[in-house]
Amino acid sequence: MISVLAVRSGGGFGLALVFFLIVVVLIPLGLGPDQSTLALVAPGLLWLGALLACLLSLDRIFGLDYEDGSLDLLATSPLPLEAVYIAKAAAHWLTTGLPLALAAPLLGVLLNLSFDAGKAMCFSLLLGTPALSLIGAFGATLTLGVKRGGLLLSLLVLPLYVPTLIFGARAVRSASLGQAFDVPLIIVLAISLGTVAILPFASGAALRINLR
Amino acid sequence: MLQVSNLSVARGGKLLLHDVSFSVQPGQALVLRGANGVGKTSLLRCIAGLQTPTSGIILAPETVAYAAHADGLKGQLSVLENLKFWADIYGGPRPDVALNSYSLGNLAYQPAANLSAGQQRRLGLARMLVTGCRLWVLDEPTVSLDVQNVALFRKVLKAHLQGGGAAVLATHIDFELLAESLDLTNYIASVDMIFFHV
Repeated sequence: MISVLAVRSGGGFGLALVFFLIVVVLIPLGLGPDQSTLALVAPGLLWLGALLACLLSLDRIFGLDYEDGSLDLLATSPLPLEAVYIAKAAAHWLTTGLPLALAAPLLGVLLNLSFDAGKAMCFSLLLGTPALSLIGAFGATLTLGVKRGGLLLSLLVLPLYVPTLIFGARAVRSASLGQAFDVPLIIVLAISLGTVAILPFASGAALRINLR
Repeated sequence: MLQVSNLSVARGGKLLLHDVSFSVQPGQALVLRGANGVGKTSLLRCIAGLQTPTSGIILAPETVAYAAHADGLKGQLSVLENLKFWADIYGGPRPDVALNSYSLGNLAYQPAANLSAGQQRRLGLARMLVTGCRLWVLDEPTVSLDVQNVALFRKVLKAHLQGGGAAVLATHIDFELLAESLDLTNYIASVDMIFFHV
């Protein structure tokens, strides 16, 4: 139901994809038509585009519920706030991370990304975007109730995105060079699993403090 | 069902209520009265578990149904979907009874965003029925309701109490039924507490 809400409320699902598409289309205009240059920078730029697209809807994860009072009601329900956080992050991933992961290999063609690198891009985003959603939702719990907290949220979250970005882009770069890319993929998966293990408790505590 | 002992409540660092004690038994409603800012909402938030009291003890059921000033409705969802959402979370009864209790049946498939303020409030109150909770904590439940719907709320509340439930309400208006039966049993600080027995 939370995913249904995320789709119906707009501003997340379509916005992130359109933003990603615009970034990918604009890159060749800025860098020029040289195919080898585009293929060289594509892994990093695609990952950066996906990361920024994920950022767009972060402040809405809990912001709307805080404003309309439903977060108070959820906090008094039998559902632990940790579960609310996981449900929200999962909805964010389903409406943002998953579509980006599926669209990235197709859009990678515009940047002369090879088929193998496109596959690696898809896998790395599938494994890495859950971490982006979980970290982003954690940041949203920290800035809950802060007016115009979007900028603060970005400042908090972007440094935490760095490891995922580094290893995600590394996997795609390795694949584009014909090298093995399983190790960076495993590290990206480990980051996602680590965030699943730790952040629900931190986010639950942050929600409890901010709702008081 | 609810036992509050020596409770002190503060908001923004300012102590509002001191040494408040009361209990609410099944079948009983407690109406909190007092001027704006006296601490009614803060006391209700403490009972609901949303705010930590400065001192004192609250013994309440693990889950209570809380209705705040804001109804917490999702405008993108229909009336029925809103109720189903909360029924699923609480594992409560099907929404049909709640819809009928507040005469929302003909609006079941309308998006909540298209409802009037009074209709939204009725939906917010109908949510209490799908929680299946025995203790209701209601903050100004009749705001935006016309006389007819206040009577509807009174009827639902009475049925809840007769079914062994209990309620704590903060309100500025008199419910005719309650007003006839209310006894002022305690007075603490600047908050009057009025009990109603079914």
